[in-house]
This record gives sequence, structure tokens and C-alpha cells, in this order.
Amino acid sequence: MIYADNAATTKMSGAAINAITACMQDTWGNPSSLYSLGQRAKEALEDARERIAACIGASPKEITFTSGGSEADNQAIRSAALLGARKGKRHIISTAFEHHAVLHTLKGLEGEGFEVELLPVGTLGTVTAQQVSEAIREDTALVTVMYANNEIGSVLPVSEIGAVCRERGVIFHTDAVQAAGHLPIDVKAQNIGLLSLSAHKFHGPKGIGALYARQGVPLTNLIEGGAQERGKRAGTENVPAIAGMAAALEESCSHMAENAARVSALRDKLISGLSRIPHSALNGDPVNRLPGNVNFCFEGIEGESLLLLLDDRGICASSGSACTSGSLDPSHVLLSIGRPHEVAHGSLRLSLCEENTEADIDAILKAVPEIVNYLRNMSPLWKDKVSGKRAFVL
Amino acid sequence: MALYSEKVMDHFRHPRNVGVIEEADGVGEVGNAVCGDIMKIYLKIEDGIVSDVKFETFGCGSAIASSSMATELIKGKPLSEVLQLTNKAVAEALDGLPAHKLHCSVLAEEAIRAAVKDYYDRQGIAYDPKDFPDCGSCAGCHG
Repeated sequence: MIYADNAATTKMSGAAINAITACMQDTWGNPSSLYSLGQRAKEALEDARERIAACIGASPKEITFTSGGSEADNQAIRSAALLGARKGKRHIISTAFEHHAVLHTLKGLEGEGFEVELLPVGTLGTVTAQQVSEAIREDTALVTVMYANNEIGSVLPVSEIGAVCRERGVIFHTDAVQAAGHLPIDVKAQNIGLLSLSAHKFHGPKGIGALYARQGVPLTNLIEGGAQERGKRAGTENVPAIAGMAAALEESCSHMAENAARVSALRDKLISGLSRIPHSALNGDPVNRLPGNVNFCFEGIEGESLLLLLDDRGICASSGSACTSGSLDPSHVLLSIGRPHEVAHGSLRLSLCEENTEADIDAILKAVPEIVNYLRNMSPLWKDKVSGKRAFVL
Repeated sequence: MALYSEKVMDHFRHPRNVGVIEEADGVGEVGNAVCGDIMKIYLKIEDGIVSDVKFETFGCGSAIASSSMATELIKGKPLSEVLQLTNKAVAEALDGLPAHKLHCSVLAEEAIRAAVKDYYDRQGIAYDPKDFPDCGSCAGCHG
């Protein structure tokens, strides 16, 4: 099997599995309990918090554990919105191609009287700090811009946006789910006020994530109950998963540069090979790009068919077609960069990690053109384009 | 459980009757590129019987499988029977489709009807327009 869907989830690392099992076997007490078994669990919890904080330049008390990236996004945005509303600020700036955890939370806030401004992301799929600066108003409560896009891999100028937000006194949240463990993060240097991350995107376990909130940015609870997480996130902490997340993040961060070099070389080989397919196009910023992300549109075919045939050859990938999103429309990300519907249906995302090999890339580069040709040969849409009855888009 | 039945996957992996009939007696094309599926059916009619049928499809796995199954179901059949083909019959012959993919079987039924209508139009054969309703918007089946 060739696993090329690391943006969806990653295989857990040995270090994460070991940390989780050790915790399940030895430190399974409730960290809120007084006796030593509980206190050992508390130590494991706080040790993980320190290590995670260190990976992103935060202090431990600025880290709150959540059930994952979505919860962290929800809590970050709701917290900043509420804080703004108290000061009469009800304007929120974001981008058109955020993850649904952000966009749907913003939609909810719109219903509650907030004004949400989604910046256009252009054909490359990015925003500039200047765009953000021009959008900031007296009543702006929050700027929330993702660190890197999960579908098309564009890496956004987060440091510049952070600097603008700091200068203008606006809280800056970044959904760093695709970046954590893959790109350097320094919340202080980058002037990030709130940051979301998710363990299973960097070889940690699923169902666990973290929200960084700069000291002085108060959080609002999404889950009420006990006093865990300084009263900001109730529920007994998932200590094994948290320990696994810490181990995975530490490992990813300690090998970040070498992994990025290796993976981006594979990525570039894949991009250059797939570019040879006629009437295809790379999606996302070709330069400022996640090391493992490859995303293409192939004209005249539909993405789900492509995925099923890749699966038959043992290749795991994903697509932004409507059929795979389970909705009427293809991916909002592809539409946001101006891809027309018919082309967005024919998209393919391959997301690599350091475990992928040259042989994997060769196999993908053999399979994709063959399958695209095969599907084009049975596509009336493709035939119409070849015969000139319809115009090519790409 | 897998997304698709074995039958769907078989027809998707090994579609029957893919291709074009150059001298077709009736051609029907339905769907659109915006929705992400287009089906085109070619019919050869001899003595009121479908002597040959081919299809081309732009679409997902179940769209390709539905086209393939629909062509199998009408091959060798008289047009009176062909017009009785329902999307339900196509879906059942495939051992079912996921709810959000039922529109693919509707598309197959529509494509075949469109091809028969084209044949009638070319031959100047009178028909009841009620047999060929316009399905209107795609949103009823999608979503």
C-alpha cells in the first residue's frame, strides 16, 4: 500500500504508541486525584504540556488540551468573538478557504450578530498581510487565518499577518492543524494570539489536540463541568493521548528540517511528473507550499472514479469532488481559487510524509496518467473538448 | 461496510458496453459538467429492438456502474420494454446504491429515455411526450 493521504491523517509513530501504552499501563490514574497514582498521571499531563508548549515557543500555562483541531478552532474563535463583543467589537476577518471548523463557527457567529469578512484568496490560494491590514477596522474583534491550507497546501504569511494584528491591537488566531510538526512555529515571534493544532496530523493519536491562548487572552468554555484545564475545558483529561501527542510533536519538531527537505523533494518530483499530463493544473501556491502537499485538477474526469481506481492499485489519496465531499458542490477551497465546478470535480490531493519513498512516487507517476487517460477515454465531456465542441478550461 | 456493493465495483472496474456507436440510431446525453456527471447513450435499433448499445460517462464510480448496468438491462430488449426501465431497477440490479448516489441511477434512466426519444424524433415516430419528462433541476437528486 502507498499511503499518500497524510493531510487526512497520519500513521501513529512508534514514539507516540510507546508513550500511549506506557501511560495506559502505568499512569492510568485520574490526574485530579490526590493519591500518588493520580499525581503521577498529573505529572505525565504537565510534562506533556511543557513539551508541547516548548515546540511552539509558548509557556505551559498557555496550552489547553482539546478533543482536536475542530474543538480548538471553535473555542479560539468563540472566545475572541465574545471578548470583542464585550467591547462592542463585532467584526471578524478570515479567508474564503478556511477549514469548515472555522467557517462553520463563523457562520454561527454571523447568526449571532457578528459581521464576518472573508478575504478572497486569489488564484494561488493565499492572502497578504496588506489585505488583512486594509480589512481591519476599529470594531475588528479577531483575525483568523490558517497557517497552511489543508487541501491545496498553500502556506500563508502568518508572521506578517501576526505583525499587522499586533500593530493594530487585534487578536490573531491561526488554524495551524496542517502546519504543526511540519513548519516552524514560534507563537511569540509570530505574534500569534490563539493557535489550534491536532495530534493526528503529525503521527500522534486521533481525538486530541491543543489550543494555545496567549496569556491575557481569556478563553470561553465550550464544555462546562469540572475544573480541569484551569476550568476552561471540563472533562477528565485523556492523558494517554496527550502523552502520545507530546511524543509525536517532539519527534516531528526535532526532525523537521530533514523531513521537510526529504518530503519536499518527493513532492517536487511528483508535481513535475503530474504536470506532464495534458490539461492538468497544480492547485495552490507553488512556492510557499506545505512540504508534502500535491494537488492537481485534471480536466474531463471526476475525482471519485480516480480515487477508486487508485485504491485498486493500493494508492490512498483524496479529492475535492462533490461525490467525495458528499455535497452538491465540489470543494469550497478549489472554488475559492477560481477553479470552475467542472474542473474542481476532477481534483486529486496526494499528501506525503517522510515515510514515503522514491518508489512510491514512481508508482503514483505510473498509475495516475494511466487512470486519467482511461477515464478520459470514456468521458463524453473530454471527447467534446478534444473535438472542439467545448472549450478546454485548463 | 464498503461504500459500494461488489456489483457496483464490478461494473465500475469492468464497465460493459463502453464506447461509441458511429452510426447510432439514437443518442441521448444528460447531466452537466457543473454537477460533475454526464452520461451519453448510443442506441442501434433493429426492428424495434435494441440491437446494440454503448455508453460514455463522465462521473463517479456509481455513475459509471449505473451506465454499465443500464446498458446491460436494455440490450436486446424491445423499445416498449426499454421505456419501462426505472432508476430503481438499475439500482436494484446493482445490489443497491448509497442514498446520496441514487441520482446516478436516475441519470442512467434519463440518458436511455433521451436516446430513445432521439430515435423517435429521427424516425418521425409519434410518441407521448409524457413518456419523456424533463427532469428539470439537478438539485432534486443531488444533495
